[in-house]
Amino acid sequence: MTRAATARAATAGDAAAREASALTVTDLTVTLPHPGGRVRVLDGVSFDVPPATTVGLIGESGSGKSMTAGALMGLLPEGATTTGGVVWRGTDLLTADAAHLRRVRGRQIAMVFQDPLAALNPTQRIGRQVGEIPRRDGLSRAEVRRRVIDLLDRAGIPEPERRMRAYPHEFSGGLRQRAVIAMALSGNPSLLLADEPTTALDVTVQARILALLRSVQRAEGLSMLLVSHDLRVVSHVAERVVVMYAGRVAEQGPAREVLRRPAHPYTRALVASVPAVRTRTALADPLPGAPATPAARPSGCPFHPRCPLARERCRTEVPAPRAVADGRRSACHFAEEVLGS
Amino acid sequence: MTALLDVRDLRVTYGRRRGAFRAVDGVSLTVAPEETLGLVGESGSGKTTVARCVAGLIRPDGGGVHFDGQPLGPVGRRPAALQRAVQMVFQDPRSSLNPRMTVAAVIGEAWRTHPSAAPGGDRAEALHRLLADVGLDASTASRRAGDLSGGQCQRVSIARALAVSPRLLVCDEAVSALDVSVQAQILRLLDDLRRERKLALLFISHDLGVVHQIADRVAVMRRGEVVEEGPAGDVMSAPRHEYTRALLDAALDLDDGTPEQTGTTRDFPA
Repeated sequence: MTRAATARAATAGDAAAREASALTVTDLTVTLPHPGGRVRVLDGVSFDVPPATTVGLIGESGSGKSMTAGALMGLLPEGATTTGGVVWRGTDLLTADAAHLRRVRGRQIAMVFQDPLAALNPTQRIGRQVGEIPRRDGLSRAEVRRRVIDLLDRAGIPEPERRMRAYPHEFSGGLRQRAVIAMALSGNPSLLLADEPTTALDVTVQARILALLRSVQRAEGLSMLLVSHDLRVVSHVAERVVVMYAGRVAEQGPAREVLRRPAHPYTRALVASVPAVRTRTALADPLPGAPATPAARPSGCPFHPRCPLARERCRTEVPAPRAVADGRRSACHFAEEVLGS
Repeated sequence: MTALLDVRDLRVTYGRRRGAFRAVDGVSLTVAPEETLGLVGESGSGKTTVARCVAGLIRPDGGGVHFDGQPLGPVGRRPAALQRAVQMVFQDPRSSLNPRMTVAAVIGEAWRTHPSAAPGGDRAEALHRLLADVGLDASTASRRAGDLSGGQCQRVSIARALAVSPRLLVCDEAVSALDVSVQAQILRLLDDLRRERKLALLFISHDLGVVHQIADRVAVMRRGEVVEEGPAGDVMSAPRHEYTRALLDAALDLDDGTPEQTGTTRDFPA
């Protein structure tokens, strides 16, 4: 039975168990050493990834989106200290022991990185790499082979029996990313963490890989955290979005509502800076300056130096994220005004 | 209007004999004065090779590039006046500037290379005026390129190009590496400069939305050839070549669920 069918067959009594498969990030704060004192590169980041849902984590450079993904996978830079919680199926991954993390990372939570060439071993055949987890699980040679063929097929690689014998350099960029997705699926994950999975690919390939990620997520009932700087990519795949700025969450909520009617001036500016393809978009009135970095985070609301609505209160008082509409949170003092305009 | 830039039947081959690869195979393009030509295509289409020929960094093995009626040879053989007239802005502003040089030194070097473009009077004042034109304050002059943000570096790259009063700017993915909020600033800057300084732009990008915003005309390249060329609105909203249609179908618009968005983009092409 597929995961989706299992989910459909689940009785009300299983609801709690499914709920538990969600990821809950609470008040995640990461500090890094910096000349002049430690810097909070992430500052009180909170969001959920519900079961069978895709959440888009959006941000520009310095926003902390990749740091957040790194914290989930235990891939933080040397010298990082972490507080808060990253709870996965009842266990806080930030404090879990190494044996538990080995069972979770790469298996229950699998990653798809930006550069497939860096994620693949150039000296091993594709089939060997995709079959690594099944082999470690003690499957026989024939079973591993069947499993690899099935995984490659699910990742949309044509002629899997033949392609499994190829080396990564014999694959195009798109096929390599499919092989990486097959590897990610090999441990039967419940959560896929995809960090800029299509940024290195051409547009025509990008569309196909996004379609694949979305269909795999739906067919297998996975949760997915899609990290991207590209609002367009996120808008096509995510049901919910989390918009980050300078190491904090600016706004979060259902994707379409956030994009159609932002509750934070930063989200509004991001949406306005995306040009349409088929119709001509006038050049946007750009935001002044560059994205704030955690090392030089402005006082009060970190967005205030660039914000067209900034007032005195924004310079002095840090806006706490608060509920502004059904399922939506914004860290703007004047979110209602932004929503209403 | 007569063309400022005239690329005719350009051919470039990399490698030799059996390993030879025809990167550009008979490309013809024109850019009129004060016009922006957008050049789009996927990786390997040859768009960067065309840019490099125009800039004189690569010598084509067939066809040629003319500027204002004069042949444009490779950089070493290009008359100084023509070399000044065609300037490039690259994708990665950090790797195209020496991180240890101050901004003043970067601009000073451009003036040393082209003494005919160097200001006659007060250099500091000319430098500050140039920086102001690209949206940088005078205090940036003494800072090192390595200490600037990506957007500031790209402004310095543009200032370096403008320092020698070019007539054509070749922008090769000039906004692709920038944050979206900064990308909008640089696009606006390039378009304003084009108008104020009567520049022509050859704007190369893989991002069809950005090209549609800034270009008057668009040429679409695939595998070393131009498959379609025309006014931006025509090419982007009523493409004639099947490859242009495939590119447009694959390109994503922001999908916020409103009716005009769904249907065209919510479902990916097969």
